[in-house]
Amino acid sequence: MGGARRPPRFRLGRYLGVLPFFVFSGLFLIGPLLILVYRSLEGPDGGLTVDNYRSLSDPNVLAAYGMSIRISLTTALIGGLVGFLLAWAVSMGGLPRSIRSGLTTFSGVASNFAGVPLAAAFIFTLGRIGVITALFEAIGIDLYGSGFTLYSFWGLTLVYIYFQVPLMVLVLLPALDGLKKDWREAAENLGATPRQYWRRVALPVLLPSILGTMILLFGNAFGAHATAYALTGGLLPLATLLIGQQISGDVLNNPGLGYAVAVGMVLIMAAAILLYSVLQRRSERWLG
Amino acid sequence: MTFTTTPIPVTEEAPVVAAPAKSSRLVAWLILAGGVLYFLIPLGATFWWSLRAEKDVLGFEAYRRLFEDSRFWPSLTESVVNAVAAIILSLLIIVPTAYWVTLRIPKLRPVVEFITLLPFVIPAVVLVFGLIRLYGRPPLLLTSTYGSSRVILICAYAALSFPYMFRSVDNGLRAMDVRSLTEAAQSLGAGWPTIMRRVIFPNLRVALLSGALLTFAIVIGELTVALFMAQQTFGPYMANLTRSKVYEPSAMAIVAFGITWFAMGMIALITRPGKRR
Repeated sequence: MGGARRPPRFRLGRYLGVLPFFVFSGLFLIGPLLILVYRSLEGPDGGLTVDNYRSLSDPNVLAAYGMSIRISLTTALIGGLVGFLLAWAVSMGGLPRSIRSGLTTFSGVASNFAGVPLAAAFIFTLGRIGVITALFEAIGIDLYGSGFTLYSFWGLTLVYIYFQVPLMVLVLLPALDGLKKDWREAAENLGATPRQYWRRVALPVLLPSILGTMILLFGNAFGAHATAYALTGGLLPLATLLIGQQISGDVLNNPGLGYAVAVGMVLIMAAAILLYSVLQRRSERWLG
Repeated sequence: MTFTTTPIPVTEEAPVVAAPAKSSRLVAWLILAGGVLYFLIPLGATFWWSLRAEKDVLGFEAYRRLFEDSRFWPSLTESVVNAVAAIILSLLIIVPTAYWVTLRIPKLRPVVEFITLLPFVIPAVVLVFGLIRLYGRPPLLLTSTYGSSRVILICAYAALSFPYMFRSVDNGLRAMDVRSLTEAAQSLGAGWPTIMRRVIFPNLRVALLSGALLTFAIVIGELTVALFMAQQTFGPYMANLTRSKVYEPSAMAIVAFGITWFAMGMIALITRPGKRR
């Protein structure tokens, strides 16, 4: 053991390689977070208080959180389901292998194609001037007249799914590959139908992975700001947009509440990521 | 940045699958067709729009106008420079850290892993909120000039790249038996700087490149942090363009898609299983 044989000279030297990392993380990740936590606990008179967290029941805040959670849940469910089906199709649906690598690369692109360009692409597709909107009009269906708009809950959902599905595909493909051929053969030898194999063997093994990834998708949508900003400006009440407005000018008329909203988001994200890693660890027992 | 992620493609093992029944193959094709439609229609529609800037003719007028826009090249260049700076900074911090926790202080690994995941837990809009409150007020006042804000922006990007960079480098280190290589180098009399420069870095080329390209793809069009730091980079430029022009944004979206595609395609190319390693 090379590292162990060298007698430790002095403590700082031992930690020299990781020191920049901790200093930098302290300055640009942990520091910014701590200042928000601190300010969220600060009352108008400077004393410590939890009043700001009590004020989270403010209707504007509740509306923003509610919308964010609804969109995140919806896109996690739809994106998760569609992503699972796609991953299944290319890994065990009997499609040519080239399609699988094509989908993997495309998913890499699409999962990173969030933000302004994605919003623009959907404006040109389903916005008022969009190509699909025009096509519908040509066959006599007035999308916007019938109440649809891209700048609504369902509009944003449709847009978010564009980066949710590829993320699901990317995380789930390795899990599907982890299903061992022996299990299927064993099940078949024991007389199981494909349906029974999926219900009794494959799905239970995959379930932690599927659930975990869906939770990851939830977090992915919950923290998204750029796409919603580019698409709607501030039209839709979303937690991330609300924080953005709070940065530019105290729209809540209560700076402390703004900090509490931000910290609340971090807590929800932390819960999601924690749950994801627990489930991921669980799924590694079989699929690792 | 939303936390859109690409898990770094490590060696992708070829799964051996028994030939599925005909019916399930049909279902698979149908699912794929649905997916292809959903994913290609917005791209197709955008491309179609980008060709229509001139009345009654299909052509590349929108692209010409976009490239001639006075803010296009300056903002893109600035973003490229920011991205490269963030990548270098991130590499300089992450490579020694990953090496140290692999070889010298494994006890610290969980702590380091936890911190590198923080960018997933702290949404970009919350991070920039904290950065502004931390550095934008006396006594620090580091957001008072464009240049100092830009430094903070680059540092924030480097921090946001930690999850990808650490995983990529960590996977690379695991694949190369870093302990034996280090011992061999030490017994030949190499010191730590030499080991890093001559042994570790060259063996990590693929991992470093894929981490760098992924960071590039994420940072190049980043909107949220840049917007609130009042930086005139490519992300805010694109957002502005989308609101103010009719045809140029379609050309812009296609160009941005091309950039992402380029970065991801390069990653796929250099990490292709069977090549090297």
